[in-house]
Parts: sequence; structure tokens; C-alpha cells
Amino acid sequence: MDKIPILRMGAFLLVTIQVDLYDRLALNLEADLVQMVNKTSAKGVLIDISAVSIVDSFMGRIIGNIASMSKILDAETVVVGMQPAVAITLIELGLPLKGVHTALDMEKGMKLLKSMIDETEEDADEDQTHDDFIAE
Amino acid sequence: MSQKANQLLKNKKKNILELWMKNQLADEGLREDLISNDELRSQSEELINALVTNLSGENFTNLDADEWSPVIEILGGIAITRARQGFSPRETGNFVFSLKEAILEVLQQEITGDQSNLYTESQKINRLMDSLSVVTFETFIKGREEVILRQTDEITEISTPVIRVWDGILALPIIGTLDSARTQIVMENLLQEIVETGSSIAILDISGVPAVDSLVAQHLIKTVSATRLMGAECIISGIRPEIAQTVVHLGIDLSNIITKASLASALAYSFRVMRLEVKKISTVSKP
Repeated sequence: MDKIPILRMGAFLLVTIQVDLYDRLALNLEADLVQMVNKTSAKGVLIDISAVSIVDSFMGRIIGNIASMSKILDAETVVVGMQPAVAITLIELGLPLKGVHTALDMEKGMKLLKSMIDETEEDADEDQTHDDFIAE
Repeated sequence: MSQKANQLLKNKKKNILELWMKNQLADEGLREDLISNDELRSQSEELINALVTNLSGENFTNLDADEWSPVIEILGGIAITRARQGFSPRETGNFVFSLKEAILEVLQQEITGDQSNLYTESQKINRLMDSLSVVTFETFIKGREEVILRQTDEITEISTPVIRVWDGILALPIIGTLDSARTQIVMENLLQEIVETGSSIAILDISGVPAVDSLVAQHLIKTVSATRLMGAECIISGIRPEIAQTVVHLGIDLSNIITKASLASALAYSFRVMRLEVKKISTVSKP
């Protein structure tokens, strides 16, 4: 059976969907990805859907699910390279994918993920110094 | 039509043409600015030739018959060119009606003494020419509709330009009412342009939209969401005070969309987001 590869790159996971997703494949991807995020404690997930030309409401929901699940496991999800027709279809289906970050291409998506992770780390540092200050 | 009258019309073709031309030229509504007299004559001659050849046919009143197709074709061609040239319906109608008058006049001159025969022949000619004028009108209107359709297409094409105002910033001024069909075109153009230019910010300027109701707002929200899905940010600018009032009164929630009063402030915001700065160069006096 087909399987969509999940690549690890530093603190991020890369998923490139090269085929049109059918329901079973999407469900498997969802399960695999969550397992992988847990196993590698990844900070970010980057899903490239530039080769996907057909979406339905189910696909939209799966992407939303992946984002929410990753969020629970402390990883941000960025969807990159959506085609105009796909974007229009999702909007017409009433699926604006709230909570999913988007970027135009891989490069911009990577930049966005990095900046998001920097921010959270900064926040953590600030909390640390704040605590230190109180301790003193 | 009886053989005799038929033969008569064939022989009197010249007379009819002359009479017809005279009628047309005498008409006050003659448009010499749109069509030259020579051209008018050649059009008329072509039509009469086709008409007279067909008069002998069996299917005299049945215009659907194959043998009438050349006449209808010529007539249709004339009607369509006239529609494009900007003739009024009255002028186009008169073109056919004056032919009827000419034929009837010739019949009257030639068939003397036999009133009942004259009556039946006139009746037939009347019926034929009336159906021909209906055909002319149908084609004329079809021609006009084509012109209107083409113009509508052109307007929708022209009215949704996507402008690259800066590297990575697109602007899309919307002028005129925003309906579903138009939103679709705007959205497609914008998204396509985002992909082509790799822009990360799109400014939707609605200062040219006369009114915003809940449907238009819905369309705007859709466009903004689609842009967001593509991975770009969408700013709505050019919101006039009246529009702001309507939007609030209608209870439309635009709080999760970035809105700016003018295109200038939207551009300033985009510069901030992209970490660009516009500076005034200090004028240094030359030594």
C-alpha cells in the first residue's frame, strides 16, 4: 500500500504529498504523523501540498486535525504551496482551516516555522529570567 | 404564387430595384454616415436576386424550407452587419419594408383589371415579406446581444487588474458592485498572481465599491480566507465612513481581517510587516 514519507529535518518534520490523497491514505498519514511528532518531539510540521490538485471536505478536515493534534503535542503546523483552485474549493466548502499556518512555498514556510519557534523559545527564556528575578 | 406573376416579377427585377432604391434614398432616416449608397445598392441587388430566384419555388410561404436558406443567409448577414454598425431597429426594419412597398407597387402597375388576382398576389407577397422582416429582426437582435455580451466580458476583464505595487506586495482595486461571479474572477486573478509573483501581502482596495451589504462582505471574507490559505496576508483598504457604518449596523464581523482606511495606510502597514522603511533623503547642500 502507498505510504507518504515523513522526513525529519532538525526539529521539523517534512511531509511532501505527491499524489492525490484518498481517504485511507490521509487517515494513515494522520496517524503516522502524530506518532512521529511524539517520537521525535518535533517542534514543527511542514506539509507541502503543491502537487495536490483535488481536495474534498474530508481532506480539509484531516489537515485541520493534524494541526490541532500537533498543537497538543507542542508542534506548529504550516501548510505550504496550496494551489489557487484548492484554496478556492476549501473556502467554498466552508473550511477556512483556522489554526493552520500557511505559507506560499517551502522556503517561506521554513522561515515562518523558525520564527515561531524562536518566539516560543524567547518567551521561555523571558519566563526563566523573570523567575530568577523573583528568586533573587 | 402563380406562374404569371412570378414571371412578371422576374422580368421587372430591375424596376423593383430602382423603385426600392428610390424609396430607401428618399427615406429621411437614410444613414449615409454609416453606409455608402453604392454599398446599399449592392446589398439590395444581392437580396433581390436571391429573392426572385426563389419565388418560383413550391414552398412559397414556408421559410424553413431549404431553398429559402440563401435568402435568409443574405438577410441575416445584412442584419448582423447593421447591428454592429449601429443602425437603429427602425432603420433596419425599413430596409425590408421598403422592398415590400416596391414589389407591391410593381404588382399594382402590372396586374391591371383583375382585382381579385391582384389581391391574392399582394396577400402572398405581404405574408412572405412579413416573415422575412421577422427573420431580419431576430438576427438583428441576436447581433446586438452578441455586442452586449462581448462588452460585458471586456468590462469584467478590464475591471479586475492586479497591480504589483512593491516587490512582494500586490494591490487589487475593485471598482463597481461585487457580485458572486465577479468575486470568483477577482479571487482567481488574485490567487494566480500571488503564485506567479510569490507575493506575501495582497491589498484589496474597495474604495470603488458603491455599497457593501452582507453578501458583498461575505464575498470579501471569502477572498481574504482564500488568500490566507495560500500563505499570503490580505488587507482590505479604502473603507469609507458610510461603509464602516453599514458594516457595523449589519453586524458583520470583520475583526479577524486587517482593515485600513486608505491604500496609503495599508501600504505603510505592509512595509512594517515586511520590515521595509521609506525614508526621506536629507538634502545636503552642495559644496
